[in-house]
Amino acid sequence: MTDAATDAVTDAVTDAVARADAVLARTMREEWGRVVALLLAQFRRLDLVEDAAAEAFVAAAEHWRRDGVPDNPAAWLLTAARRRILDRLRAEAMAARRVPLLLTESERREELQSVRADPGDLVHDDLLRLVLLCAHPALAPEAASALSLRFVLGVTTADIARLFLVSEPTMAARITRAKKKIVAAGIPYAVPDASALPSRLEVLAQTAYLAFTAGYAPGSGPDLLRADLAGEAIRLVRVARPLHPSAALDQLLALMLLNHSRRDARRGDDGRLVLLPDQDRTRWHRDEIAEAVDILSGTTDPAGRDLPTGLALVYHLQALIAAEHALAPTAADTRWDRIAATYAVLEDLNPSPSVRLARAVAVAEVDGPLAGLALLRDVTVDGHRLPAVRAELLWRAGDRDGARAAYETAVAACGNEVERAHLLSRLADLAESEPAGG
Amino acid sequence: MEYLVLIATDPSVWEEATPEERQAFHEAHHAFDRAVLARGRKISGAALAGADTATSLRATNGEWAVTDGPFVELTEQIGGFYLVDLPDLDTAIEVAKQLPTSYAVEIRPTIEIEGYEPISSTS
Repeated sequence: MTDAATDAVTDAVTDAVARADAVLARTMREEWGRVVALLLAQFRRLDLVEDAAAEAFVAAAEHWRRDGVPDNPAAWLLTAARRRILDRLRAEAMAARRVPLLLTESERREELQSVRADPGDLVHDDLLRLVLLCAHPALAPEAASALSLRFVLGVTTADIARLFLVSEPTMAARITRAKKKIVAAGIPYAVPDASALPSRLEVLAQTAYLAFTAGYAPGSGPDLLRADLAGEAIRLVRVARPLHPSAALDQLLALMLLNHSRRDARRGDDGRLVLLPDQDRTRWHRDEIAEAVDILSGTTDPAGRDLPTGLALVYHLQALIAAEHALAPTAADTRWDRIAATYAVLEDLNPSPSVRLARAVAVAEVDGPLAGLALLRDVTVDGHRLPAVRAELLWRAGDRDGARAAYETAVAACGNEVERAHLLSRLADLAESEPAGG
Repeated sequence: MEYLVLIATDPSVWEEATPEERQAFHEAHHAFDRAVLARGRKISGAALAGADTATSLRATNGEWAVTDGPFVELTEQIGGFYLVDLPDLDTAIEVAKQLPTSYAVEIRPTIEIEGYEPISSTS
């Protein structure tokens, strides 16, 4: 073969491999949850489906590269995973092992037939069943969050461990415990009836938001941002939203998109944390901001829909605040008056020291540092955020000694390297700056 | 599935309840019973005398020591229980929500110990 011919063959092989990998990656993103959901419906074995699905995707990588991509990738994966589960079941049958099965709707429906005049209020959807199973209120919130990422999206245990800042064995044990509880406690693989569904979708929203905030929680090491993994929480909500309407999920999506849109600007080229006022706004994801604003304006449409209530309202208010930041052309143009007013509503609805802290920052921008400090007088919050905010406000108010002491308290309370570096540089700035009034 | 529904409550709530409030408790328990019967089966259930009547046994080096009082001294005590047969946990949660809201309720599935055959009076 000529060199050119060899090159052509090599190119063709490379193309086929690239195509197989691309289809597999897309199928993994779009079909993992449905494959798992269908396997659970058929075999009711929470302990087997996860491994079988993962092994099927590994096998697909090999086969598709060699033999080409099948016509129906999802069906190929389902068949491959089924075969693996059947192998395991045969091995168990030989060992005469009895394993408890997941409870499904069919058992319940038999029992409920006499109660329900109209079984039509039950929504039937495999994926919805899976999503609600993983985000069940009887599971510990962090376990539910991890289980959702693993089972609905196929995120690896290693990545989930990184997101929640625990070791991989710890996360694996947490997921195993959750799977055991589902089977042992009799959490059903079922969609609750229409009256219970909204509150279950709220739990799902909280489950997704927990994963999102974990991605932005400062770690104890140099891995400040795990924003790529926080993005998986957005994906979880995107999977769930078409399954059933939920105001909580809508508002949460808007909130997460707005916060997530700033991820690339939060870290400078030197790896240091860049705070909101100093961020390069051209690096914000405008498409995500636009999508969120669309959701928010649909909510407050004066022609029709009512304001959200409960959890949806809390997310809505937080999203409105995030939108003020996202839409301000520069930091100086930020409408702090509107932000302070929205925080006041939020605090009324859901009083907490962290909401008070955020409100004090906004009030200080509108009415000056002393007004902000007054709101913080009796507040206690663990960690470095409260003393750091106090320090900034004391400095602005001209109390340099107070500011220095507060910064030192903040540095001592800060467990994250990047954030501590930021606090130390503020402390150095304070030492170098001219005392107010000379 | 078989579930034990354990009820923890501050006994003073019942002791200090007016006759009308006590009637509301009775009605809540009736609502629980009806919800269970509609979805499954009630195996048994009872209210318990106060924790000040409890006796605990705990063995040290194989010797039983009998002491006055419950496992744990708390304001909330185990005040009663139901043993029910229901399709799944969601159903158990749904029926348990019929109980008075001053209670804390714990739902535990019962299990069979493999290789153990209890001796029942009828066998």
